[in-house]
Amino acid sequence: MSKNIWIPCLVFLLIFTVLFSLTLGKYEINLREIFAFLSASAGFGTMDEEKYALFSNILLDIRLPRIIAAALIGSALSVSGAAFQAMFINPLVSPALLGVLAGASFGAALGMIVSSSWFAVQAGAFVCGFLAVLIAVGIARLYRGDRLLMLILGGIISGALFTSLLSIVKYVADPYNQLPAIVYWLMGGLSLADGKTVLYVSVPICTGILCLLLFSRYLNILSMGDDEAKSLGINVTRIRMVLIFFATLISALTVVIGGLIGWVGLIIPHVARMLVGPDNRILMPVAALIGAIYLIVVDDVARMLFTVEIPLGIVTSLMGIPFFILVLKNARKGWA
Amino acid sequence: MLLVAENISFGFPDKPVLRDVSLTVHRGEIISLLGPNGSGKTTLLKSLLGLYRLDKGRVLFEGRAISSLRQKTLAQSIAYVPQIHRASFAYSVIDVVLMGRIPHKTFFSRFSAEDLDIAHAALDKLSILHLRDRPYTQISGGERQLTLIARAMTQGAHTFIMDEPANGLDYGNQIKLLEGLIDLCEEGYTFLKSTHFPDHALWVADRVIMLKDGSIIADGRPDNVITSESLFALYGREVDVHSLRESFKVCIPRKIGTCRCAHT
Repeated sequence: MSKNIWIPCLVFLLIFTVLFSLTLGKYEINLREIFAFLSASAGFGTMDEEKYALFSNILLDIRLPRIIAAALIGSALSVSGAAFQAMFINPLVSPALLGVLAGASFGAALGMIVSSSWFAVQAGAFVCGFLAVLIAVGIARLYRGDRLLMLILGGIISGALFTSLLSIVKYVADPYNQLPAIVYWLMGGLSLADGKTVLYVSVPICTGILCLLLFSRYLNILSMGDDEAKSLGINVTRIRMVLIFFATLISALTVVIGGLIGWVGLIIPHVARMLVGPDNRILMPVAALIGAIYLIVVDDVARMLFTVEIPLGIVTSLMGIPFFILVLKNARKGWA
Repeated sequence: MLLVAENISFGFPDKPVLRDVSLTVHRGEIISLLGPNGSGKTTLLKSLLGLYRLDKGRVLFEGRAISSLRQKTLAQSIAYVPQIHRASFAYSVIDVVLMGRIPHKTFFSRFSAEDLDIAHAALDKLSILHLRDRPYTQISGGERQLTLIARAMTQGAHTFIMDEPANGLDYGNQIKLLEGLIDLCEEGYTFLKSTHFPDHALWVADRVIMLKDGSIIADGRPDNVITSESLFALYGREVDVHSLRESFKVCIPRKIGTCRCAHT
Protein backbone atom coordinates (compact mmCIF):
# COMPACT_ATOMS: atom_id res chain seq x y z
CA MET A 1 0.00 0.00 0.00
CA SER A 2 2.10 2.87 -1.28
CA LYS A 3 -0.61 5.38 -0.35
CA ASN A 4 0.17 4.80 3.33
CA ILE A 5 3.47 6.62 2.81
CA TRP A 6 1.51 9.87 2.81
CA ILE A 7 0.78 9.60 6.51
CA PRO A 8 4.39 9.71 7.81
CA CYS A 9 5.21 12.34 5.16
CA LEU A 10 2.37 14.56 6.33
CA VAL A 11 3.23 14.03 10.00
CA PHE A 12 6.76 15.22 9.20
CA LEU A 13 5.39 18.19 7.27
CA LEU A 14 3.07 19.04 10.16
CA ILE A 15 5.96 19.06 12.65
CA PHE A 16 7.98 21.25 10.31
CA THR A 17 5.03 23.61 9.85
CA VAL A 18 4.58 23.91 13.62
CA LEU A 19 8.28 24.67 14.18
CA PHE A 20 8.38 27.13 11.31
CA SER A 21 5.24 28.89 12.53
CA LEU A 22 6.81 29.24 15.99
CA THR A 23 9.50 31.43 14.41
CA LEU A 24 6.94 33.82 12.93
CA GLY A 25 5.90 36.89 14.84
CA LYS A 26 6.91 40.41 15.78
CA TYR A 27 9.73 39.22 18.01
CA GLU A 28 12.24 37.35 15.86
CA ILE A 29 13.18 33.87 17.01
CA ASN A 30 14.94 31.60 14.55
CA LEU A 31 14.79 27.81 14.31
CA ARG A 32 18.18 27.36 16.01
CA GLU A 33 17.02 29.36 19.02
CA ILE A 34 13.86 27.29 19.17
CA PHE A 35 15.89 24.07 19.23
CA ALA A 36 18.15 25.57 21.92
CA PHE A 37 15.05 26.44 23.93
CA LEU A 38 13.55 22.98 23.45
CA SER A 39 16.73 21.18 24.53
CA ALA A 40 17.08 23.55 27.49
CA SER A 41 13.55 22.79 28.64
CA ALA A 42 14.19 19.07 28.13
CA GLY A 43 17.19 19.46 30.48
CA PHE A 44 19.91 19.01 27.88
CA GLY A 45 21.42 22.40 27.09
CA THR A 46 21.53 25.54 29.18
CA MET A 47 20.16 28.94 28.35
CA ASP A 48 20.35 32.40 29.79
CA GLU A 49 17.61 32.54 32.42
CA GLU A 50 16.10 35.84 31.32
CA LYS A 51 16.07 34.76 27.69
CA TYR A 52 14.56 31.43 28.68
CA ALA A 53 11.70 33.15 30.48
CA LEU A 54 11.10 35.44 27.51
CA PHE A 55 11.13 32.55 25.06
CA SER A 56 8.89 30.52 27.30
CA ASN A 57 6.40 33.37 27.36
CA ILE A 58 6.46 34.03 23.62
CA LEU A 59 6.65 30.45 22.41
CA LEU A 60 4.64 28.50 24.94
CA ASP A 61 2.11 31.07 26.12
CA ILE A 62 1.48 33.07 22.98
CA ARG A 63 2.47 31.29 19.79
CA LEU A 64 2.04 27.60 20.59
CA PRO A 65 -1.59 27.77 21.84
CA ARG A 66 -2.52 29.59 18.68
CA ILE A 67 -0.74 27.08 16.46
CA ILE A 68 -2.35 24.18 18.30
CA ALA A 69 -5.73 25.88 18.02
CA ALA A 70 -5.26 26.23 14.25
CA ALA A 71 -4.21 22.59 13.94
CA LEU A 72 -7.17 21.36 15.99
CA ILE A 73 -9.69 23.44 14.08
CA GLY A 74 -8.24 22.44 10.71
CA SER A 75 -8.26 18.75 11.62
CA ALA A 76 -11.69 18.80 13.19
CA LEU A 77 -13.37 20.58 10.27
CA SER A 78 -11.63 18.43 7.66
CA VAL A 79 -12.43 15.15 9.38
CA SER A 80 -16.05 16.01 10.01
CA GLY A 81 -16.34 17.32 6.44
CA ALA A 82 -14.94 14.06 5.04
CA ALA A 83 -17.23 12.03 7.31
CA PHE A 84 -20.29 14.05 6.22
CA GLN A 85 -19.38 13.74 2.53
CA ALA A 86 -19.16 9.95 2.81
CA MET A 87 -22.19 9.60 5.07
CA PHE A 88 -24.43 11.77 2.88
CA ILE A 89 -22.97 10.26 -0.30
CA ASN A 90 -22.36 13.75 -1.57
CA PRO A 91 -18.94 15.27 -2.11
CA LEU A 92 -20.38 18.78 -1.95
CA VAL A 93 -21.51 18.85 1.66
CA SER A 94 -19.58 20.45 4.51
CA PRO A 95 -19.73 20.11 8.29
CA ALA A 96 -22.26 22.97 8.26
CA LEU A 97 -24.85 20.69 6.59
CA LEU A 98 -26.92 20.00 9.69
CA GLY A 99 -26.81 23.56 10.96
CA VAL A 100 -24.09 23.21 13.61
CA LEU A 101 -22.19 26.31 12.49
CA ALA A 102 -25.32 28.45 12.20
CA GLY A 103 -26.41 27.32 15.66
CA ALA A 104 -23.00 27.94 17.18
CA SER A 105 -22.78 31.42 15.61
CA PHE A 106 -26.14 32.33 17.07
CA GLY A 107 -25.14 30.93 20.47
CA ALA A 108 -21.90 32.89 20.53
CA ALA A 109 -23.65 36.12 19.49
CA LEU A 110 -26.34 35.56 22.11
CA GLY A 111 -23.63 35.00 24.71
CA MET A 112 -22.06 38.32 23.76
CA ILE A 113 -25.20 40.37 24.31
CA VAL A 114 -26.50 38.71 27.46
CA SER A 115 -23.24 38.49 29.35
CA SER A 116 -19.82 40.03 29.30
CA SER A 117 -18.10 36.80 30.27
CA TRP A 118 -16.08 34.94 27.70
CA PHE A 119 -17.35 31.66 29.08
CA ALA A 120 -20.95 32.56 28.18
CA VAL A 121 -19.91 33.05 24.57
CA GLN A 122 -18.16 29.70 24.44
CA ALA A 123 -20.93 27.84 26.23
CA GLY A 124 -23.55 29.52 24.02
CA ALA A 125 -21.69 28.49 20.86
CA PHE A 126 -21.35 24.89 22.01
CA VAL A 127 -24.89 24.41 23.29
CA CYS A 128 -26.61 26.10 20.35
CA GLY A 129 -24.44 24.20 17.86
CA PHE A 130 -25.75 20.97 19.31
CA LEU A 131 -29.27 22.33 19.57
CA ALA A 132 -29.31 23.18 15.86
CA VAL A 133 -28.29 19.65 14.90
CA LEU A 134 -30.85 18.17 17.29
CA ILE A 135 -33.55 20.24 15.62
CA ALA A 136 -32.38 19.11 12.18
CA VAL A 137 -32.43 15.44 13.24
CA GLY A 138 -35.80 15.95 14.93
CA ILE A 139 -37.34 17.45 11.77
CA ALA A 140 -35.92 14.56 9.74
CA ARG A 141 -37.65 12.08 12.03
CA LEU A 142 -41.07 13.68 11.61
CA TYR A 143 -41.86 11.98 8.33
CA ARG A 144 -41.18 8.73 6.59
CA GLY A 145 -39.05 8.86 3.51
CA ASP A 146 -35.49 8.88 2.29
CA ARG A 147 -33.45 9.31 5.51
CA LEU A 148 -30.58 11.21 3.94
CA LEU A 149 -32.81 13.62 2.06
CA MET A 150 -34.87 14.25 5.21
CA LEU A 151 -31.71 14.97 7.21
CA ILE A 152 -30.40 17.38 4.58
CA LEU A 153 -33.74 19.22 4.47
CA GLY A 154 -33.87 19.23 8.27
CA GLY A 155 -30.39 20.78 8.27
CA ILE A 156 -31.41 23.45 5.79
CA ILE A 157 -34.45 24.38 7.91
CA SER A 158 -32.52 24.36 11.17
CA GLY A 159 -29.68 26.38 9.61
CA ALA A 160 -32.15 28.94 8.27
CA LEU A 161 -33.83 29.18 11.67
CA PHE A 162 -30.59 29.95 13.48
CA THR A 163 -29.44 32.34 10.78
CA SER A 164 -32.66 34.33 11.31
CA LEU A 165 -32.23 34.18 15.07
CA LEU A 166 -28.68 35.48 14.61
CA SER A 167 -30.06 38.41 12.61
CA ILE A 168 -32.41 39.21 15.50
CA VAL A 169 -29.50 39.18 17.94
CA LYS A 170 -27.50 41.46 15.66
CA TYR A 171 -30.49 43.79 15.32
CA VAL A 172 -30.99 44.19 19.04
CA ALA A 173 -27.25 44.34 19.84
CA ASP A 174 -25.73 47.61 20.94
CA PRO A 175 -24.35 48.97 17.64
CA TYR A 176 -21.24 50.53 19.17
CA ASN A 177 -19.75 47.71 21.18
CA GLN A 178 -21.65 44.46 20.79
CA LEU A 179 -22.43 44.48 17.08
CA PRO A 180 -18.81 44.94 15.94
CA ALA A 181 -17.75 42.21 18.37
CA ILE A 182 -20.32 39.82 16.90
CA VAL A 183 -19.43 40.63 13.32
CA TYR A 184 -15.73 40.28 14.04
CA TRP A 185 -16.29 36.95 15.79
CA LEU A 186 -18.25 35.61 12.85
CA MET A 187 -15.30 36.32 10.58
CA GLY A 188 -13.33 33.79 12.55
CA GLY A 189 -9.92 34.26 14.09
CA LEU A 190 -7.50 32.89 16.60
CA SER A 191 -6.27 36.09 18.23
CA LEU A 192 -8.40 35.28 21.28
CA ALA A 193 -7.27 31.65 21.54
CA ASP A 194 -5.71 31.38 24.99
CA GLY A 195 -3.72 28.46 26.31
CA LYS A 196 -6.27 27.41 28.86
CA THR A 197 -9.23 27.21 26.48
CA VAL A 198 -7.15 25.41 23.88
CA LEU A 199 -5.99 22.92 26.49
CA TYR A 200 -9.49 22.18 27.74
CA VAL A 201 -11.01 21.98 24.29
CA SER A 202 -8.21 19.85 22.83
CA VAL A 203 -9.25 16.80 24.86
CA PRO A 204 -12.81 16.48 23.45
CA ILE A 205 -11.68 17.54 19.97
CA CYS A 206 -8.94 14.92 19.82
CA THR A 207 -11.31 12.30 21.22
CA GLY A 208 -13.93 13.22 18.61
CA ILE A 209 -11.42 13.11 15.76
CA LEU A 210 -10.10 9.73 16.89
CA CYS A 211 -13.60 8.30 17.20
CA LEU A 212 -14.47 9.45 13.68
CA LEU A 213 -11.22 7.88 12.42
CA LEU A 214 -12.22 4.58 14.03
CA PHE A 215 -15.40 4.59 11.95
CA SER A 216 -13.57 5.16 8.64
CA ARG A 217 -14.27 1.67 7.34
CA TYR A 218 -17.97 2.06 8.08
CA LEU A 219 -18.02 5.37 6.21
CA ASN A 220 -17.10 3.50 3.03
CA ILE A 221 -20.09 1.24 3.53
CA LEU A 222 -22.50 4.04 4.46
CA SER A 223 -21.52 5.76 1.23
CA MET A 224 -22.97 2.82 -0.73
CA GLY A 225 -26.45 3.80 0.48
CA ASP A 226 -28.63 2.78 3.41
CA ASP A 227 -30.09 -0.39 1.93
CA GLU A 228 -26.75 -1.85 0.91
CA ALA A 229 -25.16 -0.89 4.20
CA LYS A 230 -27.97 -2.58 6.12
CA SER A 231 -27.76 -5.69 3.97
CA LEU A 232 -24.05 -5.78 4.81
CA GLY A 233 -24.99 -6.07 8.46
CA ILE A 234 -24.51 -2.46 9.50
CA ASN A 235 -26.84 -0.80 11.98
CA VAL A 236 -27.12 2.27 9.77
CA THR A 237 -29.29 4.45 12.00
CA ARG A 238 -27.17 3.96 15.10
CA ILE A 239 -23.82 4.39 13.38
CA ARG A 240 -25.02 7.49 11.57
CA MET A 241 -26.21 9.06 14.83
CA VAL A 242 -22.87 8.30 16.50
CA LEU A 243 -21.01 9.85 13.57
CA ILE A 244 -23.27 12.92 13.56
CA PHE A 245 -22.71 13.27 17.31
CA PHE A 246 -18.91 13.30 17.07
CA ALA A 247 -18.90 15.50 13.96
CA THR A 248 -21.19 17.97 15.71
CA LEU A 249 -19.10 17.88 18.88
CA ILE A 250 -15.86 18.77 17.15
CA SER A 251 -17.42 21.28 14.74
CA ALA A 252 -19.15 23.13 17.58
CA LEU A 253 -15.86 23.22 19.49
CA THR A 254 -14.06 24.82 16.55
CA VAL A 255 -16.51 27.71 16.85
CA VAL A 256 -15.80 27.84 20.59
CA ILE A 257 -12.08 28.40 19.90
CA GLY A 258 -12.01 30.38 16.70
CA GLY A 259 -15.42 31.55 15.58
CA LEU A 260 -16.79 30.79 12.16
CA ILE A 261 -14.17 29.38 9.78
CA GLY A 262 -15.65 28.34 6.46
CA TRP A 263 -14.57 26.28 3.48
CA VAL A 264 -11.96 24.16 5.27
CA GLY A 265 -14.37 21.28 5.86
CA LEU A 266 -15.50 21.33 2.25
CA ILE A 267 -12.17 21.66 0.49
CA ILE A 268 -9.62 19.71 2.50
CA PRO A 269 -11.43 16.37 2.03
CA HIS A 270 -11.21 16.99 -1.72
CA VAL A 271 -7.49 17.70 -1.53
CA ALA A 272 -7.01 14.52 0.48
CA ARG A 273 -9.11 12.58 -2.03
CA MET A 274 -6.94 13.88 -4.87
CA LEU A 275 -3.87 12.56 -3.05
CA VAL A 276 -5.00 9.17 -1.78
CA GLY A 277 -8.36 8.38 -3.40
CA PRO A 278 -11.78 8.01 -1.80
CA ASP A 279 -11.11 5.09 0.59
CA ASN A 280 -12.00 6.64 3.94
CA ARG A 281 -9.64 4.35 5.86
CA ILE A 282 -6.75 6.41 4.50
CA LEU A 283 -8.65 9.52 3.42
CA MET A 284 -9.75 10.40 6.97
CA PRO A 285 -6.30 10.49 8.64
CA VAL A 286 -4.81 12.23 5.60
CA ALA A 287 -7.60 14.84 5.68
CA ALA A 288 -6.93 15.39 9.41
CA LEU A 289 -3.23 16.05 8.79
CA ILE A 290 -3.71 18.24 5.71
CA GLY A 291 -6.41 20.21 7.51
CA ALA A 292 -4.06 20.88 10.43
CA ILE A 293 -1.20 21.96 8.18
CA TYR A 294 -3.47 24.08 5.99
CA LEU A 295 -5.02 26.03 8.82
CA ILE A 296 -1.67 26.67 10.55
CA VAL A 297 -0.33 28.09 7.28
CA VAL A 298 -3.46 30.15 6.63
CA ASP A 299 -3.28 31.52 10.17
CA ASP A 300 0.38 32.43 9.59
CA VAL A 301 -0.72 34.35 6.49
CA ALA A 302 -3.57 35.98 8.42
CA ARG A 303 -1.30 37.29 11.16
CA MET A 304 1.84 38.05 9.15
CA LEU A 305 0.71 39.38 5.77
CA PHE A 306 -0.24 42.85 6.93
CA THR A 307 0.52 44.81 10.06
CA VAL A 308 -3.13 44.35 11.01
CA GLU A 309 -4.38 40.83 11.40
CA ILE A 310 -6.87 39.63 8.76
CA PRO A 311 -9.75 37.52 10.14
CA LEU A 312 -9.00 33.87 9.47
CA GLY A 313 -12.42 33.06 8.00
CA ILE A 314 -11.89 35.66 5.28
CA VAL A 315 -8.55 34.15 4.30
CA THR A 316 -9.88 30.59 4.21
CA SER A 317 -12.76 31.68 1.94
CA LEU A 318 -10.54 33.72 -0.36
CA MET A 319 -8.04 30.87 -0.66
CA GLY A 320 -10.80 28.28 -0.85
CA ILE A 321 -12.80 29.65 -3.74
CA PRO A 322 -10.16 29.51 -6.49
CA PHE A 323 -9.08 26.15 -5.18
CA PHE A 324 -12.59 24.79 -5.37
CA ILE A 325 -12.82 25.86 -8.99
CA LEU A 326 -9.72 23.73 -9.62
CA VAL A 327 -11.27 20.81 -7.77
CA LEU A 328 -14.39 20.99 -9.98
CA LYS A 329 -12.28 19.53 -12.75
CA ASN A 330 -12.53 16.22 -10.92
CA ALA A 331 -16.34 16.21 -10.74
CA ARG A 332 -16.39 14.63 -14.18
CA LYS A 333 -14.34 11.64 -13.05
CA GLY A 334 -16.54 10.68 -10.11
CA TRP A 335 -14.38 12.29 -7.40
CA ALA A 336 -11.51 9.90 -7.94
CA MET B 1 -37.78 -23.96 3.67
CA LEU B 2 -35.06 -21.37 3.58
CA LEU B 3 -36.88 -18.09 3.39
CA VAL B 4 -40.57 -17.63 4.07
CA ALA B 5 -42.78 -14.56 3.86
CA GLU B 6 -46.00 -14.89 5.83
CA ASN B 7 -48.79 -12.53 4.81
CA ILE B 8 -46.59 -9.46 4.60
CA SER B 9 -48.06 -6.05 3.92
CA PHE B 10 -46.17 -2.79 3.58
CA GLY B 11 -46.86 0.67 2.27
CA PHE B 12 -48.05 4.15 2.98
CA PRO B 13 -51.53 4.79 4.39
CA ASP B 14 -52.78 6.15 1.07
CA LYS B 15 -50.82 3.72 -1.08
CA PRO B 16 -50.26 0.10 -0.11
CA VAL B 17 -47.24 -1.36 -1.89
CA LEU B 18 -47.43 -4.99 -0.78
CA ARG B 19 -50.74 -6.60 0.14
CA ASP B 20 -50.75 -9.81 2.06
CA VAL B 21 -47.89 -11.46 0.21
CA SER B 22 -46.82 -15.00 1.13
CA LEU B 23 -44.05 -16.97 -0.52
CA THR B 24 -41.52 -19.66 0.22
CA VAL B 25 -37.98 -19.97 -1.09
CA HIS B 26 -36.37 -23.42 -1.00
CA ARG B 27 -32.65 -24.05 -0.86
CA GLY B 28 -30.96 -24.31 -4.25
CA GLU B 29 -33.75 -22.70 -6.25
CA ILE B 30 -33.54 -19.98 -8.84
CA ILE B 31 -36.70 -17.94 -8.56
CA SER B 32 -37.64 -15.20 -11.00
CA LEU B 33 -39.93 -12.46 -9.83
CA LEU B 34 -41.91 -10.94 -12.69
CA GLY B 35 -44.11 -7.90 -12.54
CA PRO B 36 -44.72 -4.60 -14.31
CA ASN B 37 -43.09 -1.34 -13.24
CA GLY B 38 -44.41 -0.23 -9.88
CA SER B 39 -45.82 -3.64 -8.98
CA GLY B 40 -43.76 -3.75 -5.79
CA LYS B 41 -40.91 -6.07 -6.85
CA THR B 42 -38.13 -4.04 -5.26
CA THR B 43 -40.17 -3.46 -2.12
CA LEU B 44 -40.84 -7.19 -1.84
CA LEU B 45 -37.15 -8.03 -2.25
CA LYS B 46 -36.14 -5.43 0.32
CA SER B 47 -38.80 -6.67 2.73
CA LEU B 48 -37.35 -10.16 2.49
CA LEU B 49 -33.97 -8.65 3.39
CA GLY B 50 -35.44 -7.11 6.51
CA LEU B 51 -34.84 -3.55 5.32
CA TYR B 52 -38.34 -2.37 6.12
CA ARG B 53 -40.51 -2.44 9.19
CA LEU B 54 -43.50 -4.33 7.84
CA ASP B 55 -47.06 -3.20 8.55
CA LYS B 56 -48.24 -6.78 8.81
CA GLY B 57 -46.83 -10.30 8.62
CA ARG B 58 -43.32 -11.54 9.07
CA VAL B 59 -40.35 -12.97 7.23
CA LEU B 60 -38.65 -16.15 8.46
CA PHE B 61 -35.14 -17.27 7.62
CA GLU B 62 -34.49 -20.93 8.43
CA GLY B 63 -37.50 -20.84 10.69
CA ARG B 64 -36.55 -17.73 12.66
CA ALA B 65 -38.11 -14.31 12.28
CA ILE B 66 -35.55 -12.06 10.59
CA SER B 67 -36.66 -9.13 12.70
CA SER B 68 -35.31 -11.03 15.71
CA LEU B 69 -31.98 -11.83 14.03
CA ARG B 70 -29.04 -9.48 14.25
CA GLN B 71 -28.45 -7.59 11.01
CA LYS B 72 -24.91 -8.94 11.04
CA THR B 73 -25.96 -12.58 11.40
CA LEU B 74 -28.47 -12.17 8.61
CA ALA B 75 -25.83 -10.59 6.36
CA GLN B 76 -23.71 -13.73 6.66
CA SER B 77 -26.57 -15.76 5.15
CA ILE B 78 -28.47 -13.46 2.79
CA ALA B 79 -26.82 -11.06 0.39
CA TYR B 80 -28.43 -8.22 -1.50
CA VAL B 81 -27.30 -7.49 -5.04
CA PRO B 82 -28.82 -4.10 -5.83
CA GLN B 83 -29.58 -2.71 -9.24
CA ILE B 84 -26.52 -1.31 -10.96
CA HIS B 85 -25.96 2.12 -9.53
CA ARG B 86 -23.78 5.05 -10.20
CA ALA B 87 -21.40 5.26 -7.29
CA SER B 88 -20.43 8.67 -5.97
CA PHE B 89 -16.94 7.74 -4.88
CA ALA B 90 -14.37 5.93 -6.96
CA TYR B 91 -13.51 3.06 -4.63
CA SER B 92 -11.39 0.38 -6.24
CA VAL B 93 -13.15 -2.87 -7.18
CA ILE B 94 -11.29 -4.82 -4.51
CA ASP B 95 -12.35 -2.34 -1.82
CA VAL B 96 -16.00 -2.72 -2.84
CA VAL B 97 -15.70 -6.52 -2.77
CA LEU B 98 -13.93 -6.45 0.61
CA MET B 99 -16.97 -4.68 2.08
CA GLY B 100 -18.54 -8.13 1.96
CA ARG B 101 -16.25 -9.17 4.83
CA ILE B 102 -17.71 -6.56 7.17
CA PRO B 103 -20.39 -8.88 8.67
CA HIS B 104 -17.56 -11.18 9.78
CA LYS B 105 -15.58 -8.45 11.53
CA THR B 106 -15.80 -6.97 14.97
CA PHE B 107 -15.52 -3.21 15.36
CA PHE B 108 -11.77 -3.12 15.92
CA SER B 109 -10.60 -6.05 13.79
CA ARG B 110 -9.00 -5.16 10.50
CA PHE B 111 -9.22 -6.99 7.19
CA SER B 112 -6.80 -9.91 7.22
CA ALA B 113 -4.89 -11.70 4.47
CA GLU B 114 -7.61 -14.34 4.64
CA ASP B 115 -10.32 -11.75 3.92
CA LEU B 116 -8.31 -10.60 0.93
CA ASP B 117 -7.97 -14.20 -0.28
CA ILE B 118 -11.73 -14.71 -0.06
CA ALA B 119 -12.33 -11.51 -2.04
CA HIS B 120 -9.77 -12.53 -4.65
CA ALA B 121 -11.32 -15.99 -4.95
CA ALA B 122 -14.74 -14.44 -5.65
CA LEU B 123 -13.32 -12.08 -8.27
CA ASP B 124 -11.42 -14.96 -9.84
CA LYS B 125 -14.49 -17.15 -9.97
CA LEU B 126 -16.40 -14.49 -11.89
CA SER B 127 -13.30 -13.96 -14.08
CA ILE B 128 -12.93 -10.30 -13.19
CA LEU B 129 -9.76 -10.54 -11.09
CA HIS B 130 -8.05 -8.27 -13.61
CA LEU B 131 -10.40 -5.43 -12.56
CA ARG B 132 -9.08 -5.62 -8.96
CA ASP B 133 -7.55 -2.15 -8.79
CA ARG B 134 -9.79 -0.34 -11.27
CA PRO B 135 -12.06 2.40 -9.90
CA TYR B 136 -15.59 1.08 -9.47
CA THR B 137 -16.92 4.20 -11.22
CA GLN B 138 -14.95 3.56 -14.38
CA ILE B 139 -15.87 -0.03 -15.22
CA SER B 140 -18.85 -1.01 -17.40
CA GLY B 141 -22.33 -1.74 -16.07
CA GLY B 142 -21.86 -5.48 -16.55
CA GLU B 143 -18.56 -5.42 -14.70
CA ARG B 144 -20.16 -3.45 -11.88
CA GLN B 145 -22.93 -6.02 -11.59
CA LEU B 146 -20.33 -8.79 -11.42
CA THR B 147 -18.43 -6.83 -8.76
CA LEU B 148 -21.59 -6.66 -6.65
CA ILE B 149 -22.10 -10.41 -7.10
CA ALA B 150 -18.48 -10.99 -6.05
CA ARG B 151 -19.17 -8.89 -2.96
CA ALA B 152 -22.23 -11.02 -2.18
CA MET B 153 -20.10 -14.17 -2.48
CA THR B 154 -17.41 -12.63 -0.28
CA GLN B 155 -20.12 -12.03 2.30
CA GLY B 156 -20.25 -15.81 2.73
CA ALA B 157 -23.97 -15.73 2.01
CA HIS B 158 -25.55 -18.53 -0.01
CA THR B 159 -28.89 -16.85 -0.61
CA PHE B 160 -28.79 -13.97 -3.08
CA ILE B 161 -31.58 -11.48 -3.49
CA MET B 162 -31.00 -9.66 -6.75
CA ASP B 163 -32.86 -6.64 -8.07
CA GLU B 164 -33.03 -6.79 -11.86
CA PRO B 165 -29.50 -8.10 -12.30
CA ALA B 166 -29.83 -8.21 -16.10
CA ASN B 167 -30.92 -4.60 -16.30
CA GLY B 168 -28.55 -2.47 -18.34
CA LEU B 169 -26.38 -5.37 -19.42
CA ASP B 170 -25.68 -5.98 -23.09
CA TYR B 171 -26.94 -9.21 -24.65
CA GLY B 172 -23.69 -11.10 -24.15
CA ASN B 173 -23.40 -10.03 -20.53
CA GLN B 174 -27.02 -11.00 -19.86
CA ILE B 175 -26.31 -14.52 -21.09
CA LYS B 176 -23.06 -14.60 -19.12
CA LEU B 177 -24.94 -13.56 -16.00
CA LEU B 178 -27.58 -16.28 -16.43
CA GLU B 179 -24.90 -18.90 -17.09
CA GLY B 180 -23.14 -17.75 -13.95
CA LEU B 181 -26.35 -18.16 -11.92
CA ILE B 182 -26.76 -21.73 -13.15
CA ASP B 183 -23.16 -22.54 -12.20
CA LEU B 184 -23.51 -21.04 -8.73
CA CYS B 185 -26.87 -22.73 -8.24
CA GLU B 186 -25.22 -26.10 -8.78
CA GLU B 187 -22.82 -25.22 -5.96
CA GLY B 188 -25.72 -24.73 -3.60
CA TYR B 189 -26.48 -21.05 -3.97
CA THR B 190 -30.11 -19.90 -3.93
CA PHE B 191 -31.33 -17.00 -6.03
CA LEU B 192 -34.37 -14.80 -5.89
CA LYS B 193 -34.16 -12.25 -8.66
CA SER B 194 -36.56 -9.81 -10.19
CA THR B 195 -36.51 -9.45 -13.94
CA HIS B 196 -38.30 -7.74 -16.79
CA PHE B 197 -37.61 -10.60 -19.19
CA PRO B 198 -40.08 -13.54 -19.08
CA ASP B 199 -37.65 -15.34 -21.40
CA HIS B 200 -34.96 -15.23 -18.74
CA ALA B 201 -37.38 -16.82 -16.32
CA LEU B 202 -38.21 -19.54 -18.86
CA TRP B 203 -34.51 -20.19 -19.49
CA VAL B 204 -33.05 -20.46 -16.02
CA ALA B 205 -35.66 -20.26 -13.28
CA ASP B 206 -36.93 -23.22 -11.29
CA ARG B 207 -39.87 -21.15 -10.24
CA VAL B 208 -41.62 -17.96 -11.27
CA ILE B 209 -43.54 -15.62 -9.04
CA MET B 210 -45.74 -12.99 -10.64
CA LEU B 211 -46.47 -9.82 -8.75
CA LYS B 212 -49.14 -7.33 -9.72
CA ASP B 213 -50.27 -4.30 -7.70
CA GLY B 214 -48.52 -5.68 -4.65
CA SER B 215 -50.17 -9.11 -4.75
CA ILE B 216 -48.91 -12.43 -6.02
CA ILE B 217 -51.06 -13.59 -8.93
CA ALA B 218 -49.10 -16.71 -9.85
CA ASP B 219 -46.40 -18.87 -8.31
CA GLY B 220 -45.12 -22.09 -9.84
CA ARG B 221 -42.96 -23.81 -12.45
CA PRO B 222 -42.05 -21.44 -15.31
CA ASP B 223 -43.71 -23.47 -18.07
CA ASN B 224 -46.91 -23.67 -16.05
CA VAL B 225 -46.97 -20.07 -14.94
CA ILE B 226 -45.71 -18.19 -17.99
CA THR B 227 -48.63 -18.34 -20.40
CA SER B 228 -50.29 -15.96 -22.82
CA GLU B 229 -53.03 -15.38 -20.28
CA SER B 230 -50.75 -14.62 -17.33
CA LEU B 231 -48.48 -12.35 -19.40
CA PHE B 232 -51.53 -10.45 -20.61
CA ALA B 233 -52.76 -10.14 -17.04
CA LEU B 234 -49.35 -8.88 -15.96
CA TYR B 235 -48.32 -6.56 -18.78
CA GLY B 236 -51.54 -5.98 -20.76
CA ARG B 237 -49.91 -7.12 -24.02
CA GLU B 238 -50.69 -10.18 -26.07
CA VAL B 239 -47.75 -12.54 -26.08
CA ASP B 240 -47.55 -16.07 -27.42
CA VAL B 241 -45.49 -18.62 -25.58
CA HIS B 242 -44.06 -21.11 -28.05
CA SER B 243 -42.51 -24.48 -27.31
CA LEU B 244 -39.26 -24.83 -29.19
CA ARG B 245 -38.18 -28.20 -27.89
CA GLU B 246 -39.34 -30.42 -25.11
CA SER B 247 -39.83 -28.14 -22.12
CA PHE B 248 -38.06 -25.17 -23.66
CA LYS B 249 -40.20 -22.16 -24.38
CA VAL B 250 -39.82 -18.65 -25.72
CA CYS B 251 -42.12 -15.64 -25.69
CA ILE B 252 -43.01 -13.81 -28.88
CA PRO B 253 -45.19 -10.71 -28.78
CA ARG B 254 -48.24 -11.54 -30.90
CA LYS B 255 -48.60 -8.35 -32.95
CA ILE B 256 -44.91 -8.13 -33.78
CA GLY B 257 -44.85 -11.86 -34.49
CA THR B 258 -47.71 -11.70 -36.96
CA CYS B 259 -46.44 -8.53 -38.68
CA ARG B 260 -43.03 -10.02 -39.27
CA CYS B 261 -44.58 -13.27 -40.52
CA ALA B 262 -46.66 -11.34 -43.05
CA HIS B 263 -43.48 -9.80 -44.46
CA THR B 264 -41.83 -13.11 -45.17
